[in-house]
Amino acid sequence: MSLEAKIPEGAMAEKWTDYKGHVNLVNPANKRKLEVIVIGTGLAGASAAASLAEMGYSVKAFCFQDSPRRAHSIAAQGGINAAKNYQNDGDSVFRLFYDTVKGGDYRSREANVYRLAEVSAAIIDQCVAQGVPFAREYGGLLSNRSFGGVQVQRTFYAAGQTGQQLLLGAYSALERQVALGKVEMFSRHEMLDVVVIDGKARGIIARDLVSGKIERHFGHAVLLCSGGYGNVFYLSTNAMGSNVTAAWKAHRKGAFFGNPCFTQIHPTCIPVSGDHQSKLTLMSESLRNDGRIWVPKKKDETRKPQDIPDEERDYYLERRYPAFGNLVPRDVASRAAKERCDEGYGVGTTKMAVYLDFKDAIIRYGKIEAGKAGNHNPDQDTMVTLGKKVVEEKYGNLFEMYEKITGENPYNQPMRIYPAVHYTMGGLWVDYELQTTVPGLYALGEANFSDHGANRLGASALMQGLADGYFVIPYTLGNYLAGEIRTPAIPTSHPAFEEAENTVRNRIEKLMGIKGTESVESFHKRLGKIMWNKCGMARNEKGLKEAVEEIKALRKEFWSNVRIPGEINEFNPELDKAGRVGDFLEMGELMCIDALHRRESCGGHFREESQTDEGEAKRDDANFSYVAAWEFKSDENWELHKEPLDFEIVKPTQRSYK
Amino acid sequence: MEHYHMNLTLKVWRQKDSKAKGNLETYQVKDVSSEMSILEVFDVLNESLINDGKEPIAFDHDCREGICGACSMYINGQPHGPWAKTTTCQLHMRAFKDGDTIVVEPWRSRAFPVIKDLVVDRSAFDRIIQAGGYISVNTGNAVDANSIPVDKRYADAAFDAAACIGCGACVAACKNGSAMLFVGAKVSQLALLPQGEPERETRALNMVAQMDKEGFGSCSNTYACEAECPKGISVAYIAKLNSEYLHAGLNDSDS
Repeated sequence: MSLEAKIPEGAMAEKWTDYKGHVNLVNPANKRKLEVIVIGTGLAGASAAASLAEMGYSVKAFCFQDSPRRAHSIAAQGGINAAKNYQNDGDSVFRLFYDTVKGGDYRSREANVYRLAEVSAAIIDQCVAQGVPFAREYGGLLSNRSFGGVQVQRTFYAAGQTGQQLLLGAYSALERQVALGKVEMFSRHEMLDVVVIDGKARGIIARDLVSGKIERHFGHAVLLCSGGYGNVFYLSTNAMGSNVTAAWKAHRKGAFFGNPCFTQIHPTCIPVSGDHQSKLTLMSESLRNDGRIWVPKKKDETRKPQDIPDEERDYYLERRYPAFGNLVPRDVASRAAKERCDEGYGVGTTKMAVYLDFKDAIIRYGKIEAGKAGNHNPDQDTMVTLGKKVVEEKYGNLFEMYEKITGENPYNQPMRIYPAVHYTMGGLWVDYELQTTVPGLYALGEANFSDHGANRLGASALMQGLADGYFVIPYTLGNYLAGEIRTPAIPTSHPAFEEAENTVRNRIEKLMGIKGTESVESFHKRLGKIMWNKCGMARNEKGLKEAVEEIKALRKEFWSNVRIPGEINEFNPELDKAGRVGDFLEMGELMCIDALHRRESCGGHFREESQTDEGEAKRDDANFSYVAAWEFKSDENWELHKEPLDFEIVKPTQRSYK
Repeated sequence: MEHYHMNLTLKVWRQKDSKAKGNLETYQVKDVSSEMSILEVFDVLNESLINDGKEPIAFDHDCREGICGACSMYINGQPHGPWAKTTTCQLHMRAFKDGDTIVVEPWRSRAFPVIKDLVVDRSAFDRIIQAGGYISVNTGNAVDANSIPVDKRYADAAFDAAACIGCGACVAACKNGSAMLFVGAKVSQLALLPQGEPERETRALNMVAQMDKEGFGSCSNTYACEAECPKGISVAYIAKLNSEYLHAGLNDSDS
């Protein structure tokens, strides 16, 4: 099977317009007869389900949470990028495109990224029209801030709750369609298989998580909007329920997996405090607008951070990357923190943390505020009092969250932060139309691999999720469904449904039948440790080879010794989790295989064998300028396909943020 | 911050399913770190229940950073426990001391039936949103985002109302099981913005009608909802809802 990305001909800036002008359409009477299944109700899923229903398609939407509003997009904090150039600082579609390709360390597909930049502005318009309360200036117009890896202000935000507000906008659009009878919503349902008939995706097998009942659902097309797989590391900033199951089942049914090893480790998270830890909490990248990152110059420093004078602090990002300073991209910032801690300069009880300090920002803002009030010679206390208020307005909810978790007040002492797994750039391989290698099966948002290359820039995940759902899939799906208007709904008594349901049922019964001695959680933790230690922020051949073997062994142990209490036909979260961990145990192996085969460093994928003299990621464009798309052949057996990446506009260079 | 360890007695509501009769079960949990969240204490307790061959306690949770609104424990008589403006998942054990007894129940409200143990069905909230908690704008219909300036004061107030996470603590806190704070927050958010204007009146009427239909009680202004709201949503939005509803009702009877 060969990979056909279906990138339209023509100049980069014309591709999407041309595509839309020539794409096949479905007339309104036919749309009603076409059924679309949407898995996941985060930004990508909710926006796709709502938009397709508005167009007239009959949609069924599924989420494992108790309400579509709880999908993990809700937790995104800092903002959403858009090439509006409201700040008159030189932004444009081209710059957003350029920054994203460069930020992704030249491992994304140019045509997709260009389209993303192109539709970005319309996203902001749509959200404002829905009543999303973005931050505004006193004149009543929208406010912007900076994010990492760029030199313009193009990030729109709603305090530190941007994801929540965008998701509630998409959720309300979705609920409106539910009320209109165009979307049938299935909450507390989990997709457990894709049904493929004559080579096309034709439905799913789902489990009602309250009753445990297995259900069959037909669809002319299936959209996977099921998010990323960062929870393979056990500890991550993902929600506890975030999982790879839907994408993995699709992979096993023929959808290739693109660049599975590309993982984003976010530089600013609250550090691990102990073995009990169940998840890690992000402190938004927007904090790097005002916070300065540092460690003491002296090893084994025992003084409190407030007592260490400026000249004894190493603001290592400002030192190493003067052009971008604290706003270097995430992969660069994370590795720099790891480097300092590995060298013995880390802080806190575990010594695996660095400081994120707002002292200077508080004084700076305080001085401005005092000036506004006519006080041009304010004393320290006045500046601190006034400055804290400004910082509170910008980041109040994040500071509160930090204090609840750590018991420390970040207005008075620096935050302690450390990198943590946050996002997965890898995902199901899709073509320009967001279709996977299985016709009729699509992947949107974090679930696909396409737009972020080897490193995602901040505030771009929300942009991509909504771009895919609001403005891409409504056009591209029609191109496929136009060919399906003569296909009547296939009865779910079809043998392919029967077979898929049996596979699902057998796996559940097998899991329940093991009756071993070790909990699901314990296996998940053990997998996470292998992944973090050997396929985390730095990777090498020896470690990855060991990891593959360790994961195989752990998977064997899981399938012979996991203990799942309760019954199948009841509300049983342990059983739900067991299925997901079972899939992570396969996914983890593929990630390590992918990381092992890619003998270069790029973006978040850092192979210790491939670095510059200064310790930066060193790409090998001659040998690795391609998307690695893995085809599932049988258990523990994958075949690698390559989609070559041609850069006609943004010519790859060694990324520099100095 | 000083860390310490404690031994605790947990009394937890156990209920097999929606039809079963539930009861409080007592558990001893030892060596709990003050740095743990209360959900992590439940993780540890569940791990030991599983190891002992018993059924773990079912509870809703997901993001564990106070924003998804899934977690919902009624702790020592307060939704989300003793800390103000805090969800259950963000409640850390610093809030307790050695030897404490902690009683944990599900949200208690007629409109939120128990599914299992501490898990309740809050789909009534989704249905209230379906009744009008949106602005009817199809994808692609929008004008440029800066074409309609919004007074920052109203924009900020709309944002404060929009901070609602839909957890249902307001209902659980209310002796009448009223959902007025939840509905008030959404109606106010959209009424404060120019984009929400065209459907302002029907929205208030329809959402209140759905709220009544779902079996939520009336508001008697005890303000327990505001006190327990993890996002600090103000009861001023209930007043705003009343005014919107009254206004809409009068106009409605005119037509």
